[in-house]
Amino acid sequence: MKLRRDVFQAIADPTRRTIISLVAFQAMTPTSIADHFDYSRQTISKHIQILTECEILNQKQKGREIYYQLNPKGMKEIADFIEPFRKMWDDRFNKLETIMKNYKSEK
Amino acid sequence: MEQKTKIDAREGKQELIITREFDLSVELLFKAYSEPELIEQWMGTKVIKLENRNHGSYQFETSYNGNVVFKANGTIHEVLPNQKIIRTFEMENTPIGVQLEFLIFEKLTDSTSKLTMQIIYKSEEHRAEQLKLPFANGINMAHDRLQETLTNLT
Repeated sequence: MKLRRDVFQAIADPTRRTIISLVAFQAMTPTSIADHFDYSRQTISKHIQILTECEILNQKQKGREIYYQLNPKGMKEIADFIEPFRKMWDDRFNKLETIMKNYKSEK
Repeated sequence: MEQKTKIDAREGKQELIITREFDLSVELLFKAYSEPELIEQWMGTKVIKLENRNHGSYQFETSYNGNVVFKANGTIHEVLPNQKIIRTFEMENTPIGVQLEFLIFEKLTDSTSKLTMQIIYKSEEHRAEQLKLPFANGINMAHDRLQETLTNLT
């Protein structure tokens, strides 16, 4: 499956992962996305284009501006989409384990 | 390294199943869920209210730099010590909506235990919003730390 391979390629890049995390919070224009990076506008545009082609981002026209937002349907395809959520719980549970081990030894 | 916390998110379903084995007795694991001071420590949130009983309710709140950044609440349907908690959970001001949680505590040995959290969302779309959240939260609360996490993801 060509699309699937491309999707994984899309999120293999750290800049593209950061773009995903930015637009996850709110729909953004290419300019406001580019403002978060030291790279040229062209570089960021290229990354946005790849993410759009892979259907991770989709475009929304608002007046004169084009906004990019996450396409949850595309993201759903990606196993890695779960990873930050899994990591969040893993961190919490590691903490729980440490705290309760100390709690036990205090008793 | 083996992943201690596992998440099962089947396509086409509106639930998530989180499982984790602990080097803790089931009593200690359950205690971490029933004592407000302990929840505050490992969840990193303030426990405003916790009525750990059938038909009780609870409220969590987290502030960051003086602003409330996280508010959650829910109703506790059933509590069976060292066995299960059935409750609802709602993170306020998010598109995730109310979720129904079944927390099953299991004794494996005298010093190990397993937690299974089955979380049911209103729809598959609501579940997708939940999975998006760690990205969004990272931006909101600590951009740098998120960067680091994302960079370390391989």
